[in-house]
Amino acid sequence: MFKHTIAAALALAFVGSVHAGKTLDAIKQRGQLVCGVNPSLPGFSAADSQGNWAGLDVDICKAIAATVLSDAGKVKWVPLNASQRFAALQSGEVDILSRNTTWTLTRDASLGLHFTGTTYYDGQGFMVTKKSKITSAKQLKGATVCVQSGTTTEKNLTDYSKAAGLNMKPVVFETQEATNKAYFAGRCQAYTTDASGLASVRNKEAGNPDDHVILPELISKEPLGPSVRRGDDEFFAIAKWVVFALIEAEEYGITQANVDQLKADSKDPVVQRILGTSEDTGKLLGLDKDWAYRAIKATGNYGEIFERNVGPKSALKLPRGANNLWSKGGFMYAPPVR
Amino acid sequence: MSAPPSKSSSFNWRSKAFRGVLYQVVVLALLVLAAAYLLHNTLDNMRVRGIKSGFDFITQPAGFAIGESVVPFDSAESYGKAFLVGLSNTFRVAILGILFATVLGTLVGVGRLSRNFLVRTLSGAYVDLVRNVPLLLQLFIWYFVLTEKLPPIEEALHPLPGLFFSKNGLQFPHPVWADGHLFTVAGFVVGLIGVWWWSRMSRVRFERTGKPTPFVLPAIGIVVLATLVGWLLGGAPAGLDSPEKTEINVVGGGAVTPEFLTVLIGLTVYTAAYIAEVVRAGIQSVPFGQHEASVSLGLGRGQELRLVQLPQALRVIIPPMTNQYLNLTKNSSLAVAVGYPDLVSISNTSLNQTGRAIECIALVMACYLTLSLLTSAGMNWYNRRSAIKER
Repeated sequence: MFKHTIAAALALAFVGSVHAGKTLDAIKQRGQLVCGVNPSLPGFSAADSQGNWAGLDVDICKAIAATVLSDAGKVKWVPLNASQRFAALQSGEVDILSRNTTWTLTRDASLGLHFTGTTYYDGQGFMVTKKSKITSAKQLKGATVCVQSGTTTEKNLTDYSKAAGLNMKPVVFETQEATNKAYFAGRCQAYTTDASGLASVRNKEAGNPDDHVILPELISKEPLGPSVRRGDDEFFAIAKWVVFALIEAEEYGITQANVDQLKADSKDPVVQRILGTSEDTGKLLGLDKDWAYRAIKATGNYGEIFERNVGPKSALKLPRGANNLWSKGGFMYAPPVR
Repeated sequence: MSAPPSKSSSFNWRSKAFRGVLYQVVVLALLVLAAAYLLHNTLDNMRVRGIKSGFDFITQPAGFAIGESVVPFDSAESYGKAFLVGLSNTFRVAILGILFATVLGTLVGVGRLSRNFLVRTLSGAYVDLVRNVPLLLQLFIWYFVLTEKLPPIEEALHPLPGLFFSKNGLQFPHPVWADGHLFTVAGFVVGLIGVWWWSRMSRVRFERTGKPTPFVLPAIGIVVLATLVGWLLGGAPAGLDSPEKTEINVVGGGAVTPEFLTVLIGLTVYTAAYIAEVVRAGIQSVPFGQHEASVSLGLGRGQELRLVQLPQALRVIIPPMTNQYLNLTKNSSLAVAVGYPDLVSISNTSLNQTGRAIECIALVMACYLTLSLLTSAGMNWYNRRSAIKER
């Protein structure tokens, strides 16, 4: 329960003073990126029966591994539950946390970490059984709601319940597995977490996914993204710009399939810059000029990652919505790679 | 050889006493230095990594709701209050658990020594089964039974009027507080005083005439009667808050959640098995001659147990029983696994909202330490009271 927290505390007590700027060297030296992920959130991160990890959060780590180590496979996956995750990052157990984590002020300013950007714009929602005939969150008066501890969800639920005068009763569980089980056993009238999480849980855990409805109200803003330890600006910049490059690749039509061809003969100066055939942007990040090429080659651009893992054709069937490019009505807007 | 050391020798390297003190001072100094080093290192590293620390969050509004509590809690109240609510939930389950486990454990412990084959075997089987399955698993099993096997709240079991039993827990009617109930409480207190008086009277009578006076039934009678009279004097307030069934819910009345029931049942059943062994060992520690003496005095089996064996066994039982009570209290921290908002659960939530991990864990440790020390202080007092007094 407290394992990671205690480990973090012990690490803080016993190691000498920490030095900044070492993460990249450490990753190269051990030949592996250590990435903290959600143990079971299909679409974002989950392992199959062979132990191969897949998902949107997983792909972000793969892209970074491809950039830094030239091999998307050189990642050590550390499954973390919600209450362990920050301690694991603080103590240096993982290099990066890519675990559907909401970017908030408290976390950004007091936990010794930096959020590197948003990889999925989400909002908190409710799931109920179809049998209950509930169609709006406003009908959940006095309802018991299953929540996982260690998330922003508990506070959002309380805020919403108070503002709407609903007096909902949270039942808080330590792990996502326990929360799922309690909800599907019928202990709670509703399940609350990020809407994408609800879709994932419904798809994976429900006997028949059609028996459960996700209510239309979204009660919060949940910008989910990776985070890295504070005090290492170099690695912070790499983690940030790999995601930006993936988004910009989508904007300029660079895909996993055509990246080699574009690298060979594209005349578009922006594409040339991203793929490192003209300017060397990699040097500024402490990398080589092919850094973005390797990331795109490994995972495809942001749009491809989205479609493959959570998009309308995947098992989760989530609409692109807010996560579309800015030029197509969404929020995905990357500063230029220039 | 055995001449008393002179005063000046107390600063002599050859003096055993002086060296003894010196060693202790050195060890203590090293301990303090090590602790100071670790603390300094921790604070320094946290500062370098930009992790904020301090207990200032205690007074900040918590912002999260707590599903069930003895005292009402609002999300606008402070983290400190939230911790107190968690502590009160731990208290509630620990005190009730100790009470029930003691009763159940004593029954099973006595049952293991029964002359009845079935009672003896069943008691033995219970102890063997329950002691050898981890408590966490047992909690999961109870929670599974209470949430998976019971009907949903819309089809709640309704065994008695006003009583509802469903996945939502047990809902029951409870009296609405009215001023008249002050008399009821007063009547109850008068009843307790009456019982004390009755026990004195019967002892005096026993010492004078040698005839025993019945105690248990009259005592219950006195309390019930006095409470009833008080209630009637108070104008017999009959306001009752009964749970009512609505379309999708059962509202009103008192309620205990399946999470609370799970933890209570789990802790009771588990600890009772250990208490049973403590009680059995205690009874068996009473010499066989005491049994022969009771038989030759013509005492029945029940009288022998109550008057001869249990009072003597108690002296052996109390110290290990204290251990069991402490274990139960500490084991209640497993409640977090089934979603009961105990101290650990509240601390987990606070830890995640504030990021003050070290502070929250320190608080929890301090709470359990205080709780355990208080329990053992109480039991030590009781142990001294019931120990053989040398007069």
